[in-house]
Amino acid sequence: MASGPAANLSVLFAGTRRNIDKFGEFCIFSWESCIGSLREIAHPRFWRLLMPQMFEVGYRSLPVILITGAFVGMVLAVQAIEQFRAVGLEERMGAVVNISVVRELGPVLAGIMLAGRVGGALTAELGTMKVTEQIDALRSMGVDPIRYLVAPRVVACFLLTPILTLYANLTGSIGGWFISVVQRGVDSGPYWEFTQLAVDNFDLLSGVLKAFFFGAALGLISCFKGFYCRPGAEGVGRACTEAFVTSFMAILALDYFLAEALQTISIRIYGFRTFL
Amino acid sequence: MPATDAANDDVLIELRGVSKRFGTLTVLDGLDLTLQRGQTTVVIGESGTGKSVLLKHLVVLLRPDSGEVYFHGRRVDHLSEDQLVEVRKRFGFLFQMGALFDSMTVGENVAFPIVQHARPDDRQLEETVAQKLRMVGLDGLQSRSPGQISGGQRKRVALARAIALNPEVVLYDEPTTGLDPVRADVINELILKLKRELRVTGIVVTHDMTSAYKVADRIVMLDKGRIIADGPPEWYKTSNDPRVRRFVDGHANPEDLAALDD
Repeated sequence: MASGPAANLSVLFAGTRRNIDKFGEFCIFSWESCIGSLREIAHPRFWRLLMPQMFEVGYRSLPVILITGAFVGMVLAVQAIEQFRAVGLEERMGAVVNISVVRELGPVLAGIMLAGRVGGALTAELGTMKVTEQIDALRSMGVDPIRYLVAPRVVACFLLTPILTLYANLTGSIGGWFISVVQRGVDSGPYWEFTQLAVDNFDLLSGVLKAFFFGAALGLISCFKGFYCRPGAEGVGRACTEAFVTSFMAILALDYFLAEALQTISIRIYGFRTFL
Repeated sequence: MPATDAANDDVLIELRGVSKRFGTLTVLDGLDLTLQRGQTTVVIGESGTGKSVLLKHLVVLLRPDSGEVYFHGRRVDHLSEDQLVEVRKRFGFLFQMGALFDSMTVGENVAFPIVQHARPDDRQLEETVAQKLRMVGLDGLQSRSPGQISGGQRKRVALARAIALNPEVVLYDEPTTGLDPVRADVINELILKLKRELRVTGIVVTHDMTSAYKVADRIVMLDKGRIIADGPPEWYKTSNDPRVRRFVDGHANPEDLAALDD
């Protein structure tokens, strides 16, 4: 038996290889899910499967999204206002709070809340179906579980994360306005004027565009983790944890890359814009 | 070991040299097996000898690492999932724990395969579901959820679902496991009834010898992924093969007993 650095290295290699294998499986799974969704989307039966998922992902998540959005806007304002006041720029609070909410915090927080609320539930549901052989039962009856189970769930996440992001944006800006204007006495007119100058349609759209990616990522990751869940209650529990952690990381990593790309595009189109 | 000869055109399913490994564990090891139309073949063997894995290969829920699977003389193990749909519609699969969809009622479970593959009108569907449930003696439970019925009833509902598309072959994965002897016998009677009335070819995986003797036309014994015995039920009652005797009579392996004394 090898020992010392050689053994450590081989363990490291084995671990890396396993992760690369997993990632490869995930890519195939994602590809099949996308193809499955595209092939199904025209069928009325798909819409019958999609609607309950939309209800679960969209309607049921709305309160959580509205509340987190509001608090994020409020916290942002609380942290910033004293600094802005010190340099006499408190009327420009609206620009900073709203641009942050619309570009970053709205989509990211909506994505993360959905990863926790919906992702966990999706993984647990599919994981339990896997463990109790219900997924095998579907296949044995000639029904493709990717098209029947995964496609409606992923499509629901993909379509509704952007819409929920808009709601988070709305309550986020109301929260920021409440703290700045109502509570700390910033003048309402200039607050919104500077907001209008700073926040362009492009910012709003870039946030929504990100949300499409986040929705697809969290839907695919959560379904994948459930689909390849290990047996037993422990397997399902572990799959749920992994699904949330992986979705969380994927959302933040995607956010970074999309922010870089969108920033470049924004500068190409509008040139450099100052918020202040 | 007596061979079970039959004319070639009666062969419904054939496995040729099927091997399957999970990681370093070899579950099936070059298995050759032919299954005859209209017969009930029982596969016995200790837990972990690859019985359920064998069953899953027949409908290609698992694909062999090497070897081939034939259904009606046509190779099926390399078909795509889409191509397998037509093959799978001719099979019914009774899973060990029933695998009923718990988000649906009993009636919806039985209707599920029918709705997926045909467009029956409501009345026709209702009648077919009732007829399938009547077959397993559970008509009237349509609106219950799977959580509200007993373990034995769940298996019978799962059986009704398995036969919903009038399959040629029904695969039973440990159909009597976890049931008391009386309920287990109801399942045995159902297996015999399906064979008698619907001329279903059955493959039963079990370690319940009472059930095996009752339903089998032929018993195949697996050990470590290989077939170690193959013959009619009577042969097992008189066989002198020590491995067969130990399993059939339910005696522990001497090595396992020795390990207990340590």
